[in-house]
Amino acid sequence: MVHTEVGLIAVVAVCLLTLAIGVFGVRVSRTTSDFYVASRSVGPVVNASAIGGEYLSAASFLGAAGLILSQGADALWYSVGWTAGYLVLLVLVAAPLRRSGAYTLSDFAELRLESRAARKVSSVIVVLIGVLYLLPQFQGAGLTLHTLVGAPGWAGSVLVAAVVLVIVVSGGMRSITVTQAFQYWLKLTALVLPLAVLLVHWRHAGGAGAPQLHVADWVEPMQGRYATYLVYSLMVATFLGTMGLPHVVARFYTNIDGRAARRTTIGVLGLLSVFYLLPTVYGVLGRIYSFRLVRSGHTDAVVLELPSDMLHGFGADLLTGLLGAGAFAAFLSTSSGLAVSVAGVLSQDVLRGRSDRVRDFRLATALVVGATLVLLVASTGVPVARAVELAFAVAASTFCPLLLLGIWWRGLTAPGAISGLVAGGTLSTAAVIAALAGYHAPGIAGPLLAQPAAWTAPVGFAVMVGVSLVTAGRRPPGVMRTMVRLHTPEHLDVDRGSFDPERPTARPAEPTAHRGAQRRPATM
Amino acid sequence: MSREIDAQSQLGEALLRSLMRAQLRLAAVVLLLLAGTVGALPLIFVLVPVTRRAHLLGIPLPWLLLGLLVYPVLLGLGWFYVRYAERNEAGFVRLLDRE
Repeated sequence: MVHTEVGLIAVVAVCLLTLAIGVFGVRVSRTTSDFYVASRSVGPVVNASAIGGEYLSAASFLGAAGLILSQGADALWYSVGWTAGYLVLLVLVAAPLRRSGAYTLSDFAELRLESRAARKVSSVIVVLIGVLYLLPQFQGAGLTLHTLVGAPGWAGSVLVAAVVLVIVVSGGMRSITVTQAFQYWLKLTALVLPLAVLLVHWRHAGGAGAPQLHVADWVEPMQGRYATYLVYSLMVATFLGTMGLPHVVARFYTNIDGRAARRTTIGVLGLLSVFYLLPTVYGVLGRIYSFRLVRSGHTDAVVLELPSDMLHGFGADLLTGLLGAGAFAAFLSTSSGLAVSVAGVLSQDVLRGRSDRVRDFRLATALVVGATLVLLVASTGVPVARAVELAFAVAASTFCPLLLLGIWWRGLTAPGAISGLVAGGTLSTAAVIAALAGYHAPGIAGPLLAQPAAWTAPVGFAVMVGVSLVTAGRRPPGVMRTMVRLHTPEHLDVDRGSFDPERPTARPAEPTAHRGAQRRPATM
Repeated sequence: MSREIDAQSQLGEALLRSLMRAQLRLAAVVLLLLAGTVGALPLIFVLVPVTRRAHLLGIPLPWLLLGLLVYPVLLGLGWFYVRYAERNEAGFVRLLDRE
């Protein structure tokens, strides 16, 4: 165990710094829309960093290296999938999603399907995915504080929950955009610096390997009887699930237009590509120096334990402190982004109808954070990266078909979309709950439940298409107008319909479709 | 021409349809390239077992591919997509501006 002071100081410093930026940095959250998105005044570099900062969660910072340490080559697919998901998002949804003007996936459902029921169903799934994704963040925080200072497991979770609550309630999205951009660079630094020191030390020690590096079922890919299915199912979940994550969608609204959304996504791809080189090296070094974690089953801690396993004295404490700071940055950024998105949906669609929207938003944040803490107590400790990937599987089975069919196929109807969301959502959630509860099904059902996306996502698609074809008469009347809105560049002066996610705040004089400054005369 | 789109005339619909088709075709090309490169790796590892054990520059080939080389491929595909997606849109805008 390291000296606890450095770790404690590091964690407290990150929490205070995050709080300071969040609460005092930008004091402009006057209107409700500031809470939801940063009024679209954020530049592409800041925005790409913010997306990266928000996306790189406990799973990327701790979990990816942990799984590589225990499972070897097959675990490399997690990092690849989490990056490739952005390529799929870029190619199929980035620009249309931004052009839709939707804050949330529920907004998108209502805009495209012209149905309040579709909106409600989407909102339920947003909350479901959000809580599933928050769970491993809080779990990782507990693990980190335990590793750093020996605190009981709940302490870290409660600390992160408290900080997130204060930031979100006091500043909303605007403050979080600045915080998130800062978090990406903090996380990258917190992984790169210790790694450089550790690699130099490893070279000096003779660059030795270890016998456990050469075990065939670790170093070679496609291990185990169902490896082909499991790897491809993981690919389906991560490649298709990214676009359906609530906090990712909200981020896209902060781009100025669809073109900027595409360019920002390229930036994100670059930032993630750099970041995901690092967990692999941590996993391999961990295999040499921290193999004891594989025996004890605590591989999620490898990033934090590696310095004290390789070095001694104050230097090791410093590196551990820096890694702990980065890990906390990861929990705080992802958790606050998710909390904002999920609370936004919850307050708009479930608590709606009361007088004060800002108060609803705060209440919703408290509910979401509280529910996650309760679930944390009830779940068994699945590895952090696995737990996050299960949330991807639900997103790939629900919002992925909704977005793809909604954007590219005029034939999608509200009954079709709702049936698909319910079918894909129910099946994938059932599998995820079985996995989180630690249930291992016998025979072929085992892999099917452990990694459900490869069959639940096609079911979601098939049901949406099938029911839409049967109910072809109930196509939304404004679907053509919506398609114009989703696919034409913003500077063209065409009618994009009147949908406005801010409509409840009654600002009809300022439709989102035509943004005054860039409007230009019609050309005929 | 943009009034044709506003009026949702047959011409307007055809214009929009052509833009959507071009963008979807481009997306399909990029996704096929993704499937043919990154997506094919597990299948290659299974069908050609030698690739699981091969080394390049002292690093096991699968680790070199999945840990490093996959990322420039993803970035390259993204760059390719953005370039041609913007070109498609510029073509659409020129079409509307005509007359």
